[in-house]
Amino acid sequence: MREVDIAVIGAGPAGLAAALACGESGATTLLVDYMDAPGGQLIKQTHKFFGSERQFAGTRGIQIPDIFISRLSKMPNVQLMWGVNASGYYADSGVLTLEDGGKFIKVKAKRVIIATGAAEKALAFENNDLPGVYGAGAVQTLMNVHGVKPGDRVLMVGSGNIGLIVSYQLIQAHVEVIALVEAARCIGGYLVHAAKLRRAGVPILTSHTIVRALGEETVRGAVVAQVDQSWQVKPGSEREMACDVICLAVGLTPLVDMMWQAGCEMRYVPALGGHVPARDENMRASNPAVYVAGDAGGVEEASSAMISGEIAGISAAKSLGFEVQGAEARLGQLKADLAAIRSGPTGEKICAGVKCATVCGGEW
Amino acid sequence: MSVENPLYSHFAQGREDSGRPLGRLRPNAVRLKDHPILEFPAGREVEFTFDGKEIKGIEGEPIAAALHAAGVTVLRHSPALGRARGFFCAIGACSSCLMTVDGVPNVRVCTEPLKQGMVVETQKGHGHLPID
Repeated sequence: MREVDIAVIGAGPAGLAAALACGESGATTLLVDYMDAPGGQLIKQTHKFFGSERQFAGTRGIQIPDIFISRLSKMPNVQLMWGVNASGYYADSGVLTLEDGGKFIKVKAKRVIIATGAAEKALAFENNDLPGVYGAGAVQTLMNVHGVKPGDRVLMVGSGNIGLIVSYQLIQAHVEVIALVEAARCIGGYLVHAAKLRRAGVPILTSHTIVRALGEETVRGAVVAQVDQSWQVKPGSEREMACDVICLAVGLTPLVDMMWQAGCEMRYVPALGGHVPARDENMRASNPAVYVAGDAGGVEEASSAMISGEIAGISAAKSLGFEVQGAEARLGQLKADLAAIRSGPTGEKICAGVKCATVCGGEW
Repeated sequence: MSVENPLYSHFAQGREDSGRPLGRLRPNAVRLKDHPILEFPAGREVEFTFDGKEIKGIEGEPIAAALHAAGVTVLRHSPALGRARGFFCAIGACSSCLMTVDGVPNVRVCTEPLKQGMVVETQKGHGHLPID
C-alpha cells in the first residue's frame, strides 16, 4: 500500500492552497480530484476576484488553478491525481480508498485534508423537478466550461453573489435574463454585481418568489408572486412569465460525507449551509488526523477557501513535525485576512456560524 | 411587483412583447461562439447514440452537455412517479442525471466524458447491472 504524509481531497481553491502549503513544508503530499482537471468551481468563474492581492484580487477565477499547478507540478514531493474519486476514508487505519478508472487504490495517509466543496441547494415549489430547473452553478458550468447555451430565456431565483454573477454571465453568453426574484426585501450579494444587471436592464424583483414551474416534460414558464413580510404569497400577485430555464441560486450545502465517515464531530450550522465538522482555529477536526478546508467546512467563497486551505495545510504539516518557514506569522496573517473578508455586513452571519463550529483552545 | 415603477417597464411589457407565448419556445440550446471573455476551441466531433438516435457531440465533453446542445433535456424518468428528470448540479454531486451508458446504469452523465460510439439510453427505473 502506498503511504503519504498528507492527502488532500479536492483540488478546488481550498485544496490547491492546502496542497501548496503542504508541498512547501517538504511533506509527501497527494492531491486528488474526481474531475479530469484541477480547479474545482474556479474553472467556471470568469469574473475578477476582489479583496487582497494575496488572494489574487484582479485575477479571473479561471486563471487561478494554473497559478497553483505551475508551482505544485515543480515539487517532487507532491503527486497530483485527476479523474480519481476519493470514495472512502477509514479513520481506524488512516486508509483512503480511491477509484481510478475502475481500479481501486488504497493509500495510507498520516493526515487528510478534506476540501470537498459544496453542492447547490434546491427550493420547494410546484414542479421544481422539471428538466430546465437547474442550479445556477450548473448553468454556469454548462456555458462557461462547456460552451453550451442553457436556453434562451432564464428566470433567476436568488440574489446572492452566485445569482447576480451568473445572471450577468448569462447576458455575456447572449442569453436573456427575464428577471431575478429574491424573497427577501433587499439583495443578498454585492451591490457592484447587482448594478451591472440593472445597467443591462434586468429587473430585480425583491419580495418576490417563484410559486411554480410551468411545463410538462420541460420548463415553459414560471409563476412568480410577491411575498409579504412573513414570507407568504400575496393573493392576486401571481403572474406568469415565459422562460425555458429556471436557475436556482438559493445557497449551497457543504459536502461532508467523508467527515461523517471519519467519525468527526458534526454540528448543524444553518449560517454555514448545513452540517459542518467542528474544528479548531487551525481547521483540525475532532479526529486529529482530519483537517477541513474551504466550503466543506462552511459555505463562503473562493477567497476565504484559499485562506482556510492554506491554514489547514500549514497546520497539518506542522502537526507532523515538518518545518514551515514563518509558520506562526503566516497563520496570523491568514487569520487576519479571513477576518477582513468576513468584516462586511454579509460577513456577520458567517462569523456567527464559524463561532458555532469552532472549538477554542483544542478543548474537545 | 409594482408595474408603475419605471425600473420595471421592460419587465411589465414582458411576455406579450416577446412574441413567444408560453409553451411555444423554440429549442435553442446552441454552442457559444462569440464570448467577451472565453474562447471555446473547436473540439473533435464524435458520434454517439441516444435511445438509438444518432447524435453528434464533442469528444471529452460531458454526455449531458452534448445532449443539451442537441436539444435533449429529459435524461431519465423518476422510478416511482415516472416524472421527467434533467441534470441539476452539473458537477456530479446530486445524481439527478443518471442514465445508462454502454449498458452500465446510474452513470452521472453531467461529468462522464463523451467518447466516439457511446450508447446512451434513458434509464428505466433503478437500472440493472450487466452481469457476465
